[in-house]
Amino acid sequence: MQKRVIFRSRSLPYLLVLPQIAVTLVFFFWPSYQALESSFFIEDAFGFSREWVGLRNYRDLFADPGYLRSFRTTLVFGLSVTALALGTSLGLAVAANRVLRAAQSYRTLLIWPYAVAPALAGVIWYFLMNPSMGIVAYWLKGLGVEWNHYVNGNQALILVVVAAAWKQISYNFLFFLAGLQSIPKSLIEAAAIDRAGPIRRFWTITMPLLSPTTFFLLVVNLVYAFFDTFALIHATTNGGPADATSVLVFRVYNTGFIGQDYGSSAAQSVVLMALVIGMTFIQFRYVERKVTY
Amino acid sequence: MVENRPILNILTHAVLILGVLFLCFPVWMALVASTHGAEALSRAPIPLWFGGQGWDNYTQLLSAGLPAAGGVPIGMMMMNSLIMALVITFGKIAISIISAYAIVYFRFPFRMGFFWMIFLTLMLPVEVRILPTFDVVTRLGMLNTYAGLTIPLIASATATFLFRQFFLTIPDELVEAARIDRAGPVRFFIDILLPMSRTNIAALFIILFIYGWNQYLWPLLVTTEEGLYTVVMGIQRMVNSGEALPVWHFVMGTAILGMIPPVVVVVAMQKLFVKGLVESEK
Amino acid sequence: MTIKTILTATTALAIAAPAFAADKAQVQFWHAMGGELGTIVDTFAADYSAGSETCQINAVYKGNYTENMTAAIAAFRAGEQPHVVQVFEVGTATMMAAEDKGAVYPVYKLMQDAGVDFDQSAYLPAVVSYYTDTDNNLLSLPFNSSTPVMWYNKTALDAAGVAVPTTWDEVEEAARALKANGVEKPFSMGWQSWTQIENYSAWHNIPMASEENGFASLKTEFTFNNDAVVNHIQRIADMGKEGLFGYGGRRGDSRGMFVNGETALWINSSAYYGGFKSDIKDFEFGQTMLPLDTAVADAPQNSIIGGATLWVLNGHKSDEYKCVAEFFQYLSQPEQQAFWHQNTGYVPITTAAYELSKEQGFYKTDPGTDTAIKELSLNTPTPNSKGIRFGNFVQARDIINEELEAVWAGDKTAREAMDAAVERGNALLRKFEDANS
Repeated sequence: MQKRVIFRSRSLPYLLVLPQIAVTLVFFFWPSYQALESSFFIEDAFGFSREWVGLRNYRDLFADPGYLRSFRTTLVFGLSVTALALGTSLGLAVAANRVLRAAQSYRTLLIWPYAVAPALAGVIWYFLMNPSMGIVAYWLKGLGVEWNHYVNGNQALILVVVAAAWKQISYNFLFFLAGLQSIPKSLIEAAAIDRAGPIRRFWTITMPLLSPTTFFLLVVNLVYAFFDTFALIHATTNGGPADATSVLVFRVYNTGFIGQDYGSSAAQSVVLMALVIGMTFIQFRYVERKVTY
Repeated sequence: MVENRPILNILTHAVLILGVLFLCFPVWMALVASTHGAEALSRAPIPLWFGGQGWDNYTQLLSAGLPAAGGVPIGMMMMNSLIMALVITFGKIAISIISAYAIVYFRFPFRMGFFWMIFLTLMLPVEVRILPTFDVVTRLGMLNTYAGLTIPLIASATATFLFRQFFLTIPDELVEAARIDRAGPVRFFIDILLPMSRTNIAALFIILFIYGWNQYLWPLLVTTEEGLYTVVMGIQRMVNSGEALPVWHFVMGTAILGMIPPVVVVVAMQKLFVKGLVESEK
Repeated sequence: MTIKTILTATTALAIAAPAFAADKAQVQFWHAMGGELGTIVDTFAADYSAGSETCQINAVYKGNYTENMTAAIAAFRAGEQPHVVQVFEVGTATMMAAEDKGAVYPVYKLMQDAGVDFDQSAYLPAVVSYYTDTDNNLLSLPFNSSTPVMWYNKTALDAAGVAVPTTWDEVEEAARALKANGVEKPFSMGWQSWTQIENYSAWHNIPMASEENGFASLKTEFTFNNDAVVNHIQRIADMGKEGLFGYGGRRGDSRGMFVNGETALWINSSAYYGGFKSDIKDFEFGQTMLPLDTAVADAPQNSIIGGATLWVLNGHKSDEYKCVAEFFQYLSQPEQQAFWHQNTGYVPITTAAYELSKEQGFYKTDPGTDTAIKELSLNTPTPNSKGIRFGNFVQARDIINEELEAVWAGDKTAREAMDAAVERGNALLRKFEDANS
């Protein structure tokens, strides 16, 4: 945690942490406190008056089937993105790990989508799947699938899942590849001598050794799907149709800025912050464990 | 490899090529679409190969923008994106490296308190507490300023951790040597620590540049003046352009322009990027 | 000067103007007019600014109606509000509540204070009644008003051998004939709450909420889960099951389906005229009055408007407000109004502009373009048909959209959906009442 040998100064360390702490206080803690406070009021759109309502915003929230559905949507969305992105990238990483010489060029071709903004990724997929002229929608039609994400909620959800996963594959690929490359060759060779086939070797040796990486990626992917995909959804389906792609973060924005229901939006922020802090601690315990060994 | 099975090798390459195709195809289509006119993109199937309007489309986008979406030149939006990305990147690196330095190399009251405060922000993205944060920024009169666009995004737990981890690996002998030379903490930081952190800073630069460039919701809310629009948020106006249908060849052109800078950074500095990514998340 | 030269000249000016406009009073005008409409709005702003020595109107496109309005409100809270904001008709109740509290500078007062001649009676009653307070004072300037009409693909109807339908039964029959003749989704519509619930109710003279559709007080409660509306929604859902109706999304998302011939009967705003005129090349199209549901009424009442008005926000300097007043006067002149009406399909909002269009022979060269104004002035409006005024209606419309989409997807019956929409909508009305009393 800290050096054995340190410097001594009364004011310097405070000066050094000051900028970071100041930004954190002003733009993290103050807003968080405000969210907590506003969640106990209802307020008119222009902010002229507000009225203390106690827990009404929270009660309304959990009595709202739409909000509860958002939980489900978020979960389905998060798990699908994670499964799709992890599965695909693991396959690619295992393959890339086999082709030693070409691995470098494949890596270049596979990592760049990480740099594409989620909003742009979403818009491009939105274009590809557009029911009247999108090329993928056209192919799907050839296969007998009537594609229309303007109408069909499940299809809209699939659209945002695919776009979100598409962008995340590069990231996972890099970590899986790094994980695979750190597995000692001798282990694999020993297993090969024992006549274990490639599939068995994968399940009995590679996967267990990759499990720390996998767990880490699982958390990162879930966090990504839960919180970083707002832009993707907002720029494309805008939460619809019929609320089908309205994940929790989207709803916070939508209730607050579009619906101008500041109290309810604040209450949703508080609920989400509690969830996030919970997840942070889970990840922290994991990080600490990793640091100690 | 352990053994050589031709079928397995073919399968391996097939998987990789399929993966590459899956990742490249959407961008390929976007690129192709951006070189056509509205006519070619009005009904399925749209062309899979380049059209002849690429030059015209891109010149119009960069200099005049899309009239239907307010006519803000993409060139200007990209400039704003660049400013925003660079300020966020350097700001994050600067305040993180000094706070990590304080936490590792000094012992002072509330040290752990500060550490936890920074840590709590690790996974609290701005989207989660968007409304009150917006409120705070407006109260501070920071709407429509580069400061409002960047400062609220500058706190970084990730970068602080990376530097902390790195500093912990630096041998204590260096500090002792510095002490013998009568170098104070500021000297030590500038002459020894900073040069040693060069690679880490460069690697972090790439990750944070992408983060900054790709910001969407925040610029969407804090900029109401066209002169401050950024390209990633600007595309939203084009996709949902009121009652009109999206002008796809321009939208795709904008998407391509918007992804070029970060993609070039990643591809050109691949080694550093991989290092930055893998280490900043550990 | 032809329209084209005005357009090109003023666009050139719009680009050049800011360079030497620094010493003029600057007025911010946020609007939601994308596409062709946006170009015309920019032209108006630039044309007026070019002719004025003291004023510069800066028109800024801020996204769709919802985004524009919410951005302005957020900006007001931040003290960064524009002078003029275009707000769609469903935001009227919110803006009126804000007027009570001093956020809004009512238009009648603005004109008085600026000493600008302003004759409220020059405006069409059907338009103005939507935006006046209880003392008949105009609060916001009607700018772009439209009403739903039924667009039809004449070429496809002729090919299928059916006449333009005038009742819902005929719509169904025509759709069947069109389907048999190869039209994929014969019927569709957009802005579904506005066209299929709000206007359906007004057209058949039935209330959609208590308290005179919200005009009388904030205590209003939705009642659109009545048999007439439920049966109507169920009819469309059944048409969907039969393949006669294809849902194409909210707002104007389904516009493309009509333009490329997937749909031949499309109910949506009359304001699509301008776009259709330039986009539709390979078939003949027309517009006609909304169909009548003969099971509910013997004759149509009148339709209600949609579209937007310009609201003036408080907190700026008086010389800037003088500019706003003059700009509003400029916008209301028959030349501008007639140009706007003829190029966009929005209804002319002054009687003078309507007369001018008639004089210019517009309705002869472009038959059907007076459909909207005829629908609006069909009868003297009743409390059920003079308009609607609900708080939080932006959200309520979202709820209605959601519930209707559940019907189109086959997840709910029309009855279940309308009951749910009314219940959820009423919760929003109560919340608005609490926040504004």
